[in-house]
Amino acid sequence: MPDSFPVLLSAVLLAAAAVVLLGAGVAGALGFRLSRRRRELGTDAERATYTTLHLATVAGGHLRNGLEPAGAMKASKALRSMLHCTALALTDESAPLAWDAAARTERSAPRTPSAARSRAVMALAARALATGRTQVCTLDESQLVDLGLAGADHGVKAAVASPIQVDARVVGCVLAFTKQASPALVRAANEVAGWISAQVQLAELGASRTLLMEAEVRALRAQISPHFIYNSLNAIASFINTDPVRARELVVEFADFTRYSFRRHGDFTTLAEELLCIDRYLLLERARFGERLQVNLQIAPEVLGTVIPFLSLQPLVENAVRHGLEAKEGVGHIKIMARDQGALAEVTIEDDGVGIDPEHLRSVLAGHRDGDHVGLRNVDARLRQVYGDDFGLVIDTAPGAGTLVAMRVPKSQPDHDA
Amino acid sequence: MNATAGFAALAAVAAATALIGFYGLRISRTTSDFYVASRTVKPWLNASAIGGEYLSAASFLGIAGLVMVSGLDALWFPIGYTAGYLMLLLFVAAPLRRSGAYTIPDFAQARLDSTAARSVTSVLVVVVGWFYIVPQLHGAALTIRTTTGLPAWVGSVAVVAVVVLTVATGGMRSITFVQAFQYWLKLTALGVPAIFLVLQVSGPGAPVPSAEAAAMVWGGSGGSPYRTLSLLAALLFGTLGLPHVLVRFYTNPDGSAARRTTLIVLGLLGLFYIFPTILGVLGRLFLPELVAAGGADAVVLLLPGRLVGGTAGELLSALVIAGAFAAFLSTTSGLVVSLAGVISQDLLGGSVRGFRWAAVLSAVVPLAVALGTQSLGLAGSVGLVFAFTASTVCPMLVLGIWWRGLTDAGAIAGMVAGGTLCGGAILLGPRLHAGDPGYELLSQPAAWTVPVAFAVMVLVSRATAHRQGAGTARFMTRLHVPERPLSPGKPR
Repeated sequence: MPDSFPVLLSAVLLAAAAVVLLGAGVAGALGFRLSRRRRELGTDAERATYTTLHLATVAGGHLRNGLEPAGAMKASKALRSMLHCTALALTDESAPLAWDAAARTERSAPRTPSAARSRAVMALAARALATGRTQVCTLDESQLVDLGLAGADHGVKAAVASPIQVDARVVGCVLAFTKQASPALVRAANEVAGWISAQVQLAELGASRTLLMEAEVRALRAQISPHFIYNSLNAIASFINTDPVRARELVVEFADFTRYSFRRHGDFTTLAEELLCIDRYLLLERARFGERLQVNLQIAPEVLGTVIPFLSLQPLVENAVRHGLEAKEGVGHIKIMARDQGALAEVTIEDDGVGIDPEHLRSVLAGHRDGDHVGLRNVDARLRQVYGDDFGLVIDTAPGAGTLVAMRVPKSQPDHDA
Repeated sequence: MNATAGFAALAAVAAATALIGFYGLRISRTTSDFYVASRTVKPWLNASAIGGEYLSAASFLGIAGLVMVSGLDALWFPIGYTAGYLMLLLFVAAPLRRSGAYTIPDFAQARLDSTAARSVTSVLVVVVGWFYIVPQLHGAALTIRTTTGLPAWVGSVAVVAVVVLTVATGGMRSITFVQAFQYWLKLTALGVPAIFLVLQVSGPGAPVPSAEAAAMVWGGSGGSPYRTLSLLAALLFGTLGLPHVLVRFYTNPDGSAARRTTLIVLGLLGLFYIFPTILGVLGRLFLPELVAAGGADAVVLLLPGRLVGGTAGELLSALVIAGAFAAFLSTTSGLVVSLAGVISQDLLGGSVRGFRWAAVLSAVVPLAVALGTQSLGLAGSVGLVFAFTASTVCPMLVLGIWWRGLTDAGAIAGMVAGGTLCGGAILLGPRLHAGDPGYELLSQPAAWTVPVAFAVMVLVSRATAHRQGAGTARFMTRLHVPERPLSPGKPR
């Protein structure tokens, strides 16, 4: 094999040459576009607007998660540029979040707020936080020392503290430190505080959307259909006199099935556990259908450990039984297959029942219609939420032609605990 | 040798592989068999599958060839190949199974929380896989040339064609069963001829080896302690990073089953390596002229015909050829499946179609390399691939699992440093001659490149400690805390 390496080497050299050529091309194109843009930059006023909008966009990105230290720290730099002040501090209701000072003051003071600076910042912010009104203070020498702004070259003399309000509730404060508290600065600080409060509101909206999604998944999770409980109990009742031993076994199965379905912990399970649950479910259904229900399984053992959303397969099998076979005359077959497909695991559930009208199914999956096949929609929605839109159910059906439901999940899910 | 026996053996192995691949799934027709159909793979079955996937051309043909050439010194290879699993057992098997990451790049991304680290790992894994496939194809070419007289390229092309067809058409539905079958086939294909030949030469009327061959039977070419040490470092640490071996551990239901599997693998490999050693010694006694002709790797294929002859010899030859093709097919398909997984996920968006194209890509590139080059000893070339893995992927895995201080920058720096040094040494080594300064260091680089890779990872991680991901503690807990059992339900 060592002879193969010169071949490899020349291949690597070729690739390197290609990369260099590509890089040169990209650089040339960029330079051309930049030289053109220079002429289209616009008037000073327009450029000031661009700069401010750009700074606002940058800071807005950092404040996406609301007022929290990491984002505030990054946003404070852009905010200080917007206000043209020597130093800027952000606080929440009770503690300082971020401190940013011009580069020349940076040298004399460490960036992380020390305890003394924290106290000084909070003392300045206290009134604004309490009253919800903008405060202007003149700083004395001891305050400047605590803030790390002492020294003639800064010339900082005043601080403007502007409260950040969300729905009449004060959630934080912007402090701008400068030579002189001009009315323009006060107004600008107020505008910045107002802008931050809009960002905080957006972040709260985002957080509540996440909560809503989680609540929706939780609500979607584990809905045993009332039909199934009713039918199972009836089927068991019919065996109590004729075959008490079987009736007892079925009650135990029913208990095991409900214990699994009602379990509280975790939104994920393994394919093996889910198959066990389907086994119990089918045992109960067979008490009702008898030999009319035939099940065929092909499971690749490699995918048994794959993590899937909790109770994501059982509703599909239940759909096959209820909508595929219940309405049908004679024997019905269900085929459950799990296959290893590279980075994905694929599970398919096929029945030879009455099938579904595709248009009807489409409107059910889109959420326009309630009633039949809610289980399918439920599973589809959860899969899309967890793995993204590419991982929704794939359903192949036509009236009278049976139904094939395929579900694909990535095998690698380090973030999900089964 | 009779070419028909060779063709028959080849066709039989390919057909058996395809059949087990297609129909090997446990199929249950009634709900009462449900539990049987959805039972997890038992450790012994999975261990056989790992053995099947791991025992490549280097083990099946290369070890005996190396014993022919360098005598006792060659025994370090089987020792290293097997003992690598001890390292796997001690350091990697259970935590990796618990991680939930499916490939090594998945692990890198989950542990280091960095797409850059993922990309670097993917590139390394693909390079390692490609250069691991090349010796398999060389082995196939050698086997075809020696046994059927057809042009050598037919062997490489045939192996690639069978593998690509079965993998890309989704034919490997039950790859665990196929690989387990291949292990036992390989064991039989070496074990039966070895025992038969030993009985033959120790019985009455046995052929007598020439006096000089008998005198030289245990002599070695006298490798230096440095070479041995370096080789062992490569083989011990290299096993930790092999993509096709690690993937197989996910078939285990949990971490403790992963450990048990590894223990059984150790036993199975130990058992297997007895036979190539025996055949190598027999070759030294009875076919010493092969070494001079540079065809030592073919000794396993030629011995039965030479020593036994007649119909019995033909049958034994056919069995050995079947085993050899099982070795090429199983290792190549295992590598192609795991490479295709990596390529399709990182380049082609992870779709099923993408997986098929990735499978073609991961087999055709090494085929081109194999056709353009000549084999210079199968065991040696595979040893160099191990050295490369040991200097790149292995430090990332070991430190990632056992040291919470590893950062993405550290991992990337270490992998790039190890890869550059080891790759450079592998490229330069063959240009030097024995006796040149630095020849030893460059021709067996693992002893210094592995420590360098570890050191770079640790130092750069220390320097960039602030980059440590926020989720590290949680992920480390997941790696090291035992999980709940997979199926708490009872069998009926």
